Amino acid sequence: MSDPLFSKKNLKLLSDPLNDSNPITVQVLGICSALAVTAQLKPSLVMAVSVMAVMGFANVIISLLRNTIPNRIRIIVQLVIIASLVILVDQVLKAYVYDVSKQLSVFVGLIITNCIIMGRLEAFALGNRPWPSFLDGIGNAAGYGVILIIVGFARELFGSGSVFGFQIIPDSWYIANGGFYENNGMMILPPMALITVGIIIWVQRSRNRKLIED
Amino acid sequence: MKFLKNFFEKTEPYVQKGAKYHWLNSVHDGFFTFLFVPKHTAKSGTHIHDYIDLKRTMSIVVLALVPSLLFGMYNVGLQHFIAIGEAAATGFFDMFLYGLLKVLPVVIVSYGVGLGIEFAFAQMRGHEINEGFLVSGMLIPLIMPIETPLWMVAVATAFAVIFGKEVFGGTGMNIWNPALVARAFLFFAYPAQMSGNSVWIALGKNDMPIDGFTGATPMADAAAGNINFSVADAFFGFIPGSIGETSTLAILIGAVILIITGIGNWKIMVSTVAGGVVMGIILNIFAGSQGLSPEAAVFFGIPFWQHLILGGFAFGAVFMATDPVSATQTEKGKWIYGFLIGILAILIRVVNPAYPEGMMLAILLMNTFAPLIDHYVVQGHIKRRIKRAKVTA
Repeated sequence: MSDPLFSKKNLKLLSDPLNDSNPITVQVLGICSALAVTAQLKPSLVMAVSVMAVMGFANVIISLLRNTIPNRIRIIVQLVIIASLVILVDQVLKAYVYDVSKQLSVFVGLIITNCIIMGRLEAFALGNRPWPSFLDGIGNAAGYGVILIIVGFARELFGSGSVFGFQIIPDSWYIANGGFYENNGMMILPPMALITVGIIIWVQRSRNRKLIED
Repeated sequence: MKFLKNFFEKTEPYVQKGAKYHWLNSVHDGFFTFLFVPKHTAKSGTHIHDYIDLKRTMSIVVLALVPSLLFGMYNVGLQHFIAIGEAAATGFFDMFLYGLLKVLPVVIVSYGVGLGIEFAFAQMRGHEINEGFLVSGMLIPLIMPIETPLWMVAVATAFAVIFGKEVFGGTGMNIWNPALVARAFLFFAYPAQMSGNSVWIALGKNDMPIDGFTGATPMADAAAGNINFSVADAFFGFIPGSIGETSTLAILIGAVILIITGIGNWKIMVSTVAGGVVMGIILNIFAGSQGLSPEAAVFFGIPFWQHLILGGFAFGAVFMATDPVSATQTEKGKWIYGFLIGILAILIRVVNPAYPEGMMLAILLMNTFAPLIDHYVVQGHIKRRIKRAKVTA
């Protein structure tokens, strides 16, 4: 009755959210944090990893408890579990990457309200065994993370001229130093993040046959 | 012209669907109908034909922009030679030539980038080429400060065409005026190159400005509490500013062309001016009130009619607000739309602390609200007619 650990079906749980059912570009969930934390690449990456940790564990725990949670209070149980995990992640971030933690500020706490997590708990973990639930959580968090990293890369490169804090565009290019180049100030504002996500959706939809609507 | 027509007719079979050069179809059709009146006929039903198609409408708007463009070129040269203190020693043609060489690259970049993208999209989607960019491509250079780097003009034009127009479905579908989208993009993305005192007057690397030169526009001076422009200069346009916006006279010539040919809507122009006047008078009344800083009191106190000849107000009212796509469509809506543009433009110009101009943001804001205004005007009509109808049972 049980599938092998990495059966085709289980691998699909991992790969699907990366493209065909990406939580941000297809389901349009979790947009708020995707716009807020992606002004630079480093916080985007940290955010992606944090969400992945919370989502993987939350899915496993809910899946283990799925037969004991009374149906009428399942939402509050899910919230308690997510909140506890977020507090753990927050403490770890504060201990090891304090500056990024400060940069992310309230958005680490707001992982609790990330609709992707609640959505996967409701839609998947409550009805599946732990291992597939774990893969589903990791897969969806990866789908979220990939978009965050792409957006963060584009915004940091064009908005600040750097990648991971390293200056990519030579200083002598800037107008202030007698050159011709200028950073695009709009890239570090949230509206441009929305447009960047829009471009990703546009490209994805024009390449992926399954997503083309008539 | 005969040989051109022969050429296009001869090449037509080669660009039909399935023929060798079918991928050039949109380009072929675009140039053919640009040069000659299209010979397409309706395939079904009764249609009313008019020789004024979109291309010719656009050509008239471009024609109306020519006075502003020519004056803008001259003024760029004039301001340059005033700044280096050689205005008295330089002739009219030298000034014009200097301005021409400065402005022409901006026009070429704007048209090149914009039309390139339009052609590419038309070809990709198998559409006809949209003519809308003929006007936007001329408007974009006219609302830029002369010292905007050319690559920024290119980036802004690309952004405006792709995100201001093509994502909505091309000409006729856009929510905002594409030229203003280009300017707004530059304004928020590269504020240092779009505002302040160093962008309005062309200065070469080796030019030494004379003592006392600030490079500020009259509006920036007024916001700082100094009035130092003469009304005549502001009206004829001998002041620093974006390339095409300075001369109210040239803009008025354009307005006359637009109104006589029926291309531009006079209701929007009139109501925009009315809105500006009303807001100007209100600000004048409050100019003496306590609590205003001395600079603000000066700016509040500019006589209301002078606001109409300063900055981009006239240009926006004549060429931007009247854009038939992004303006309101109903007749009553046009009065409301224009009036609110005037009110907001002067309000933002005088009261906002960051930047002494508001025409661009006012028009973009009202573009956004135009469908809403139309909706309520239409709903109002429907309600009135229902009331009038008598139901006899």
